[in-house]
Amino acid sequence: MTDADIGTDRRRQAVRVLLPLGLVVLLACLPLLDISVPGILPGATYTPGTLHLLALAWVMAAVALSYHLLFGVAGLLSFGHALYFGLGAYGLGIVMRELQLGLVPAAVLTLVVAVVMSTVLGAVSLRVTGIPFAMVTLAFAQAAYVWVRRDPERVTGGEEGLRLPTEFVPGFLVGVADTRNLYWLALAVLVLAYLLTAWVQNSRAGHVAEAVRENELRVRVLGMQPVLVKLAIFVSASVIAAMVGMVHLLLNSGAVPHVMSAEFTISLLLMVVLGGVGSRWGAVAGAILYVLLNQRLTVLAGGAWVESLPAVLRIPLSEPLFILGTLFVLVVLFLPGGLAGTVARVTARSRDRRGDDGPDRRPHPPAAEEPEADDVPQRLEVT
Amino acid sequence: MSTVVLLLITGVGLGAIYFLVASGLSLIYGLMGVLNFAHGVFLTFGAFLGWEVAARMGATTWAGFAASLLVGALAGAVFAALTERFLVQRLYERHIEQVLITVGLALAVVALFDGIWGTDARFISGPPWMSRTTTIAGANVPNDRFVAIVLAVVVLVAIVLFLQRTRYGMIIRAGVENRSMVTALGIDVRTAFTLIFTIGGAAAGLGGVLASHAFGYVSPMLGQTLLIFAFIVTVIGGLGSLTGAAIASVLVAVLQQFANYYWGYGDFAVVVLLAVVVLTRPSGLMGKKVTA
Repeated sequence: MTDADIGTDRRRQAVRVLLPLGLVVLLACLPLLDISVPGILPGATYTPGTLHLLALAWVMAAVALSYHLLFGVAGLLSFGHALYFGLGAYGLGIVMRELQLGLVPAAVLTLVVAVVMSTVLGAVSLRVTGIPFAMVTLAFAQAAYVWVRRDPERVTGGEEGLRLPTEFVPGFLVGVADTRNLYWLALAVLVLAYLLTAWVQNSRAGHVAEAVRENELRVRVLGMQPVLVKLAIFVSASVIAAMVGMVHLLLNSGAVPHVMSAEFTISLLLMVVLGGVGSRWGAVAGAILYVLLNQRLTVLAGGAWVESLPAVLRIPLSEPLFILGTLFVLVVLFLPGGLAGTVARVTARSRDRRGDDGPDRRPHPPAAEEPEADDVPQRLEVT
Repeated sequence: MSTVVLLLITGVGLGAIYFLVASGLSLIYGLMGVLNFAHGVFLTFGAFLGWEVAARMGATTWAGFAASLLVGALAGAVFAALTERFLVQRLYERHIEQVLITVGLALAVVALFDGIWGTDARFISGPPWMSRTTTIAGANVPNDRFVAIVLAVVVLVAIVLFLQRTRYGMIIRAGVENRSMVTALGIDVRTAFTLIFTIGGAAAGLGGVLASHAFGYVSPMLGQTLLIFAFIVTVIGGLGSLTGAAIASVLVAVLQQFANYYWGYGDFAVVVLLAVVVLTRPSGLMGKKVTA
């Protein structure tokens, strides 16, 4: 490696740290600024409506990151991840109200419950792999969903959902005027989820999990326990989801059965695939895209000009999920790797072209020396 | 006693509907390794078209009912065949992408049904005999359950005969057993893939019409609700096994009925049964050893 190479690498490393940091600082300042993005945001950035939408996007990005840990890193296609998100949301509310606990002790207790529950259910589900694993996780989550909706113990509020017991929540997190505090909380949980995901992914367990995804037999031959590693990832992802679920409860001042449904897990899957499987920032981008699109398409569907269209166009356009589902199908068919994969392809191509006559041309193909090699989208494989 | 008989027969009737959904799922998984999330959509589509036809021909006549069954099965079959041909087959051998595409399709199409038929349930009626009851050992059993049981048995026998006696059936059975060997012998298994989707879709569409009569309504979520139980049935029965699906359907549905009546938590009993089966026999009751 030449001096110039080391210089570029160091510069690139600095960019990798400073760029996200600057972005977070910028996002944290949004509630204090007056920026309007017509067509994307419903109003100026300091208004509660916009802040709530953005906070929702950060929360969904955080839970999408936990799903990325499961699906993108360990190759575990779970259809029951909503169970742990819902556990966080409902659990926190129920623990606060029934045990008369303050926010912080209740949150700690809920996290402990999440650890125990994900360990037990994960151990059962991981007895099977691949598609049967998907079905078993789906069944567990469905049982919880039915329980929450029917509400036999009179604790979850049934179809109407659970109201946030505001008397146990610090005043600065309640009310429309305090939306900016909730916004910062959501941003903080996104940053925390990102750091935790990166930490787990770069830990020994994360590397072994990636190896298990590629070739489980080989990992076993090397004397390691694939099931334990997968369980560790499953529990970490579930606990992060529960943590994010708690913020979701605070943000929406309540929880509805939808957060435990299979549709919720499917929307997480959608976000991760749209963003690019295997890429952390892809999961974040996919989630933000999903939340904003969903909101904008709902507004569009209610617009007057849609009403005037003939039925053939009006019916599909008035269903946001139809458009999102179709978009998803198209991405799976024509854009394998999603957003992140497309960006990686485009940058690799332009770097290639520059490298042809540049002085620092490398002997290896550029893809092999990607600095963010741990964060490029991989081909989908499930063990 | 009469309660037990009633629960048993209604349970088997529900099991018949589960079987109609699960048989296709199980065969598709066994042959292609695809978990078909769009299977519920085939069912709902069959149910809606069947309902539309019956409403036009007179919902209370037998001719209308027969036509709705026929149209339901046909609708499911056509939808399934198109799905396989234009979406699933494009992603040959990439199982996770195939699952994802069926997930996306289900999402989009359920939303489309919402737009066309509305999210509210449509209550339906059949021939008057269907809503009456027959007394067996003191139990008043709704007649529509018998129709469901008879039709499910007919479908089971038809599929078994097809698999055992025809050339395509033989290719499918061999494909479930060892697909690479079948391909190596120079047989194009892709026709078999389309065929198995079509058969599964027809069974699901038929199941949709029967389910709408058994539950008394049809709604865009009908298929999605049944799909989850069908998944459970296929895992318990053993993926890829038709007999396993038949046994597990009846087992799950009867257990659900009894647990609902005596305990109130039928859905939990089913999930507990699933957990027990997964813990003790991960490959299901009749499944071959699951390796991947």
